[in-house]
Amino acid sequence: MKYMLLIHQGSAPTPRSEEWDRLSEDEQKAVYADYKTINETPGVTSGLQMQGPEMATTVRVEDGEALTTDGPFVAVKDALGGYLFFEADDLDAAIELAARVPAARLGGAVEVRPIVEHERS
Amino acid sequence: MPDNPSAWLVTTARNRAIDRIRRDRTLAAKLPLLDAPESAVDTVDDATIPDERLELVFTCCHPALSLDAQVALTLRTLGGLSTEQIARAFLVPEPTMAKRLVRPKHKIRDAGIPFRVPPDHLLPDRLAAVLAVVYLIFNEGYGGRGDLAAEAIRLGRALAELMPDEPEVRGLVALMLVNDARRDARFVDGTVILLRDQDRSLWDTEQIADGRAELERALALGGRGPYVLQAAIADLHADQPQDWPQLAALYAELARVTGSPVVELNRAAAIAEAGEVETALALVERLELDHYHYLHATRAELLSRFDRTDDARTAYGRALELVHSDAERRFLERRLAELEG
Repeated sequence: MKYMLLIHQGSAPTPRSEEWDRLSEDEQKAVYADYKTINETPGVTSGLQMQGPEMATTVRVEDGEALTTDGPFVAVKDALGGYLFFEADDLDAAIELAARVPAARLGGAVEVRPIVEHERS
Repeated sequence: MPDNPSAWLVTTARNRAIDRIRRDRTLAAKLPLLDAPESAVDTVDDATIPDERLELVFTCCHPALSLDAQVALTLRTLGGLSTEQIARAFLVPEPTMAKRLVRPKHKIRDAGIPFRVPPDHLLPDRLAAVLAVVYLIFNEGYGGRGDLAAEAIRLGRALAELMPDEPEVRGLVALMLVNDARRDARFVDGTVILLRDQDRSLWDTEQIADGRAELERALALGGRGPYVLQAAIADLHADQPQDWPQLAALYAELARVTGSPVVELNRAAAIAEAGEVETALALVERLELDHYHYLHATRAELLSRFDRTDDARTAYGRALELVHSDAERRFLERRLAELEG
């Protein structure tokens, strides 16, 4: 099975924010180390790093006309912070990986979405 | 065949090789199990699939499924109840229940929920989820629908057979047996009868003895978990006279294990029965359970023992505002009337 893990920051601190500076140096190091371990886990294809949701532009089309608004589609706090792909035996393995994502324990959450596989035997 | 087929079965299931292709094929082959035919009452019996009920129950009670779905699937696949029977038991229209059953089956398939007994590091949490589902089914039945309680006991016994060395499974079976044995005495004319006022001749003493035997097995296995503790409490409640200091101690241990203020409330009631009413009242007044009608009902009882009738009346009033069940309401109204008289 292939899964996409959508990482929602929620209130989890991101580097260079005030909340981030409030974490101890050990906690900051642990966050980096955990993401490194996750990205090195067999089966993981890490996502590209996105700039923050405040950099987002949202586009809708009405009557054939593109309408753009500043910011993400959902509230900034609900916006996607990152993603990765994981090829795993089953959902349990994906849940275990998701539980190791630092954002999940720091006020965010990880959504596990199975990828549709068209050629399943 | 080995001496203990159940234990062998669990070991075999746990040690199953994780060969991805084989596993996928296995899962695909097992999915029909979730579609037990509607006609037969007991489709998943020992004869047809002796070695897969355990995998089935862990799949049905996977935490990635909603609790409603877990309950419905477990009754459907392991309990062998028809969709219509489950719908009736949970007071929802049959099409609603049918939908509740379809979506999780798709999720099991499409999200890759494994068909297996969880590995050791996941087992305690997953087992707790399975037991919670069985106990929830039991409590739905304990409110009056006896068929569900009997079904929950049957499920619990099947689990105990499949996992003979798990004390919490036996604890749950013991708890259900002892509580269920008092069913006939618990309601009279639709009113809840307190344990101390129950007609003990209506108790099923044989079933209480069965429960006690299960509890003893659980304790012999070293069980000290929440279900074992609750079973020990239920068992002590069946004694006459009740050993209130011992009950208070067990509630204290259960409160420690579960962190539940509701258990603390029960501890307070046991402390009061043990004669320390003042200590009990102080404990009740510390609890943050303002939304819970039993808190106010218990507080009212304790206040009335100090002849604080006005305060007791107010507390009964608050309990009556919060109560949902008619049987409980009638009980509270009677207590309030006794207070006035």
